[in-house]
Amino acid sequence: MPKIEDIKKVLVIGSGPIVIGQAAEFDYAGTQACRSLKEEGIEVVLVNSNPATIMTDKDIADRVYIEPLNPEIVKQLIIKEKPDSVLPTLGGQAALNIAMELEECGFLKENNVRLIGTTSLTIKKAEDRLEFKTTMEKIGEPCAPSEVVTTVEAAIAFTNTIGYPVVIRPAYTLGGSGGGIAHDEEQLIDICSNGLRLSRVGQCLIERCIAGWKEVEYEVMRDSNGNCITVCNMENLDPVGVHTGDSIVVAPSQTLSDKEYQMLRSAALNIIDELKITGGCNVQFALHPTSFEYCVIEVNPRVSRSSALASKATGYPIAKVAAKIALGYTLDEIPNAITKKTYASFEPALDYVVVKIPRLPFDKFISAKRTLTTQMKATGEVMSICTNFEGALMKAIRSLEQHVDSLENTGLYDGFDKERILEELHKVDDRRIYAIAQALRLGITYEEIHDITQIDEWFIDKIAILVEMEEKLKASELTRELLLEAKKLEFPDKVIAKWTKKTEKEIKELRKEYNILASFKMVDTCAAEFAASTPYYYSCFDNENEVDAVKTKKKVLVLGSGPIRIGQGIEFDYCSVHSVWSLRRSGYETIIVNNNPETVSTDFDIADKLYFEPLTPEDVENIVDLEKPDGAVVQFGGQTAIKLTEALLKMGVPILGTSAENVDAAEDRELFDDILEECCIPRPSGKTVYTVEEALAAANELGYPVLVRPSYVLGGQGMQIAINDQDVKEFMGIINRIVQEHPILVDKYLMGKEVEVDAVCDGTDILIPGIMEHVERAGIHSGDSISVYPTQNISARTKKVIEEYTRKLAKSLHVIGLINIQFIVYQDEVYVIEVNPRSSRTVPYISKVTGIPIVDLASKVILGAKIKDLGYTPGLQKEADYVAVKMPVFSFEKLRGADISLGPEMKSTGECLGIAKNFNEALYKAFLGAGINLPKHKKMILTVKDADKIEAISVGRRFVDLGYTIYATRNTAKVLNENGVHAIAINKIEQESPNLMDLILEHEIDLVIDTPSQGAERSKDGFLIRRVSIETGVTCLTSLDTANALLTSLETAEADKKNLELIDIAKIK
Amino acid sequence: MKAFLILEDGNVFTGKSIGSTKEVISEIVFNTSMTGYLEVLTDPSYAGQAVVMTYPLIGNYGICYEDMESLQAWPDGYIVREIARKPSNFRSQDGIETFLLKHDIPGICDIDTRALTKILREKGTMNGMITTNENYNIEEVKAKLKAYTPAGVVKKVSRLNKTEYPADEGTDKGLHVALMDFGSKNNITRCLTKRGCHVTVYPAFTSAEEILASNPDGIMLSNGPGDPKECTSIIEEIKKLYQSDVPIFAICLGHQLMALANGADTHKMKYGHRGANHPVKDLATNRVYISSQNHGYVVDSSNLDEKIAKVSFVNVNDGTVEGLEYTGKKIFTVQFHPEACAGPKDSELLFNKFITMMEDCK
Repeated sequence: MPKIEDIKKVLVIGSGPIVIGQAAEFDYAGTQACRSLKEEGIEVVLVNSNPATIMTDKDIADRVYIEPLNPEIVKQLIIKEKPDSVLPTLGGQAALNIAMELEECGFLKENNVRLIGTTSLTIKKAEDRLEFKTTMEKIGEPCAPSEVVTTVEAAIAFTNTIGYPVVIRPAYTLGGSGGGIAHDEEQLIDICSNGLRLSRVGQCLIERCIAGWKEVEYEVMRDSNGNCITVCNMENLDPVGVHTGDSIVVAPSQTLSDKEYQMLRSAALNIIDELKITGGCNVQFALHPTSFEYCVIEVNPRVSRSSALASKATGYPIAKVAAKIALGYTLDEIPNAITKKTYASFEPALDYVVVKIPRLPFDKFISAKRTLTTQMKATGEVMSICTNFEGALMKAIRSLEQHVDSLENTGLYDGFDKERILEELHKVDDRRIYAIAQALRLGITYEEIHDITQIDEWFIDKIAILVEMEEKLKASELTRELLLEAKKLEFPDKVIAKWTKKTEKEIKELRKEYNILASFKMVDTCAAEFAASTPYYYSCFDNENEVDAVKTKKKVLVLGSGPIRIGQGIEFDYCSVHSVWSLRRSGYETIIVNNNPETVSTDFDIADKLYFEPLTPEDVENIVDLEKPDGAVVQFGGQTAIKLTEALLKMGVPILGTSAENVDAAEDRELFDDILEECCIPRPSGKTVYTVEEALAAANELGYPVLVRPSYVLGGQGMQIAINDQDVKEFMGIINRIVQEHPILVDKYLMGKEVEVDAVCDGTDILIPGIMEHVERAGIHSGDSISVYPTQNISARTKKVIEEYTRKLAKSLHVIGLINIQFIVYQDEVYVIEVNPRSSRTVPYISKVTGIPIVDLASKVILGAKIKDLGYTPGLQKEADYVAVKMPVFSFEKLRGADISLGPEMKSTGECLGIAKNFNEALYKAFLGAGINLPKHKKMILTVKDADKIEAISVGRRFVDLGYTIYATRNTAKVLNENGVHAIAINKIEQESPNLMDLILEHEIDLVIDTPSQGAERSKDGFLIRRVSIETGVTCLTSLDTANALLTSLETAEADKKNLELIDIAKIK
Repeated sequence: MKAFLILEDGNVFTGKSIGSTKEVISEIVFNTSMTGYLEVLTDPSYAGQAVVMTYPLIGNYGICYEDMESLQAWPDGYIVREIARKPSNFRSQDGIETFLLKHDIPGICDIDTRALTKILREKGTMNGMITTNENYNIEEVKAKLKAYTPAGVVKKVSRLNKTEYPADEGTDKGLHVALMDFGSKNNITRCLTKRGCHVTVYPAFTSAEEILASNPDGIMLSNGPGDPKECTSIIEEIKKLYQSDVPIFAICLGHQLMALANGADTHKMKYGHRGANHPVKDLATNRVYISSQNHGYVVDSSNLDEKIAKVSFVNVNDGTVEGLEYTGKKIFTVQFHPEACAGPKDSELLFNKFITMMEDCK
């Protein structure tokens, strides 16, 4: 069928801020879909509150709205833009939920807007637990015995009929938020009451626990003509019980015979056909390990994280095809972009193995529970491709950048005997594969390991093969044969060196002597059946190399940023992609290396060549040896890319842009101090130290409070504010758990206003698109602060100073390209606290709001252009007409046990933006976008540390003026009441009931403000209050600055309801 | 032990010997299915060929004997990248190496099967030798390979005696199907018996008279190996079956033979269709089905009179003929494998069509 003729203007809804369970994959899907729609001549209107995305660029959609994602705003937008259709299947659960609401209330019909890509009936059948169950029963597809409940009592009653354990799944939540497995009534009450509250419709599914079964997923597509295909199937190494987003996943399935494979494939197609899905769909099955019994676990009637993974694993562009199907095309009419010979109506055949490993945030949240459950906790993932499973696993492990290069996780199980390892095997967490490897080293049998973990013995054997190779390397002579075998298993030279007691260099030389070199194969969707010209490659140790490295133009290597983690998110993918586009436009051949399947940068048509590889020196060198690039760009790929600078120089690859010495100068305390002195720029005084003793001496000399942090990290990892010796000892201990190659910094902590600048420098001139001001005072990581552009409280004189300092620093660091500088304005004096000669988190947002294409300019400057020649006047640019407020977004509810209090170490997973003509409205939009939309009760809890008590008075007064009832802990209440702010005193958690805990659990509290005391004084009480409020879905703020901002926003909302002006940022010049 | 795969064009792949160590010359073809290696090994259509599996990990779920598509393994040789050391599946009874040994099939593993596939794709299907003899003389081997043509394969695979298969218990529709075995996969019979048919399987060289004398409600022409044009005597018998009014459903080789019997031509494809992911389009409904395929020859419909037959299915990738509907006759034939095994079952409903056809004639 040809495309539906009357679709002319489509509204695409994005997925909003990055949170656990909804990450960069939707930027990838959305971007691909928008491009696919534009290809068809459709006018695309886009709404997404996330400014760090590529999809919100003006070159991706015709009209771009970075506005809060909620039904009200989308309604206003539809009225303003009058699209004829809405495409909601590419923005994850967030977009689907909004579309459902608009459809259910009749709004879409009233405004003659149709849903394309799905129908509300389809969404309902797939998402509503009861409807889904009925639908599955109708077509004879089995589900685990289950019941939908709306009360905890009903949950207990039903569970008593099927027996424990049971799984609790709240309806309409993402990433399995609020779900879990209950083994007894107490757990059931706990999880179920929480889940009921989090569910949009107040429903939970209670279901027979099928933990331990094989978990298998199918990515299927269907068009309006009823044609169905399977793009890919995937098997989870971790059996049912661990969320698929937290599981190690392999594609295609490995332990299923054709009978099982086809049985589940037929079931998946049966389901997608019954749901009448037009587009992509993900079906998850549990397969009994010793019979043909299976259950349908879940169906996602939209593109998902799994579909992004399947797209990258097979080369089949699911989102692109889904967009075409939404327009009415059928699968046999859509050409396969990879082979260009075949059509979208075929099933990819793989001739390699793909392994995905989740990136979990436990390095950031040391106190968080590592246990993996049905609630997703990963912030991102890595994927790797190899011709064997072992190799793919090894590559994926090192792609994680977690200081582990093999199955030997150094130090983790030192001195463990069999018994203790068996105990470890019972822990379902992110370290389980290392425990299995250790168990195998200790001679524990496959059967025992399988009995405990339920992991299929095929996988255990593969881990054993890797463990045996360690042994062989240790015990045997390193012959060519053995070395080749180790390389085929993707043992890095470094690891081989360790086991053979040689140096890495010796191994490398030996490999060259033996002619054991990496070769590259193409991902072509068809197992080489058809000739393809897609430049999408992976490495293995085979004879034939398929890459045509012939040079026709100058080549640039662009290094990506690896898995999404807290501190290094989607913004670096934004920068990498824009840099690739810019370099391509400048006539260069671009080569991108990255390992993150969720991103736009790993789409096969972004760069001229895509290498899906780990970002380690050895892996990159293999590519360099082959491609011989003329230069490499590292300043856009975050710390991952920067870390490769030295290695690239050793390979003889020139670094384009700021030189390595200057990158180093910015990070090296002593060099940097010299530069600052030369420029006469003050900084908080500080020292570099290595040992605890040195740190203590430094801290006492500087005077508390001090900041303690490692150098060369991103997102303030390991950074803490210490107020006494005890803290210093504790923090140094944490930092030194990982061997530090670089010194640790101890700085005087100044509590001033934090200001941030991104600038482009060409060696002579600088261009500052704008200065950003943080709402929270220094001490809270810039990524976790509310950031405002243009500044609201900075004097013209100070701005001049900032501009001047930026110029001086950029020049003395010889920056070519981007630089990010953070300042503190303290008692009218400007101090520099950090300089990063690379792209930063704020680049995408500042580009969008000022209309200045920063990455493009920086890329051109790197190639030798001058700012003046690019049509810009150097210096600080004129302020834009709009105010933009960047609001951090957290995923604390997904991470049990994580402390939510903000500090110098970054904790947010994403951000959203509010843009308006004035600050108050922008702030209001930003809070709305972050989902802080305080509900009805107007009751709050206020408990602050002593230092904040005076400031708390005005905060309290403003809330009272807004009609809030304040509950406060005794001391806080006393101060408030004494100052004429009515507050009800309430017991602390450790005191008798009724206390704070009871109050929160009664669900009548809208807001908790708890400012934690610093350092070792941190009370357990505060931690508990914060956790309980997060886990019960109550907004919790830990800084009075944030509270004041929220007040401003609430006051604005009171004064000026509904009249939000929506701004098309594509029109900002 | 080392093994060598020597191709007609002089390319040599060195790997490890698996299965039997005997030397073999055969036509080398590749299959892109990611599962179903046992079904492929026991598909009689592979007689006279050595199969390369493009999926790199073979033997993961071991051997489940009940999944065999015939009583023995047919390929002359088996070429893979990696054999699983620890097969794992609840039904697994054996490892694949044991199976190859049992069936005396020589094979080679640890080679770059992708590089090999690309050669076959670019240069077309060619002959090759699998040997463990390190002292081969490449020129002598090449000459031998050039001279080799597989022949008489249908005769080799077809059964010698007529066999009866009753309808599955409780399903009996009173329909009797005569299945001509040119190398039939077991699942063709199963697809019929589970739909309530009594199936009589006849050896390939049974006369039309004998079949028609048994008064079948329908006749099935099975899949099978080799060049269809070689089957001259069978084609003569099929001409007679065509003349009868008995409904006929033919698959793969059967489809080609029926076409030849009606004046169409067949030719050898460059490298054939072998895999479980081939899209075929039903021209009557425009529906696309993903099908299992295994054929090196294809029907050329250009000199087929539309009055005799019309193309009913085409391959979405290359537009080749995938099915024919015979005008004024209760005969339809397909190039792909609706019986699947290995592969998707999307087109299994063609058996329902056949059943309806038979019921309508009864």
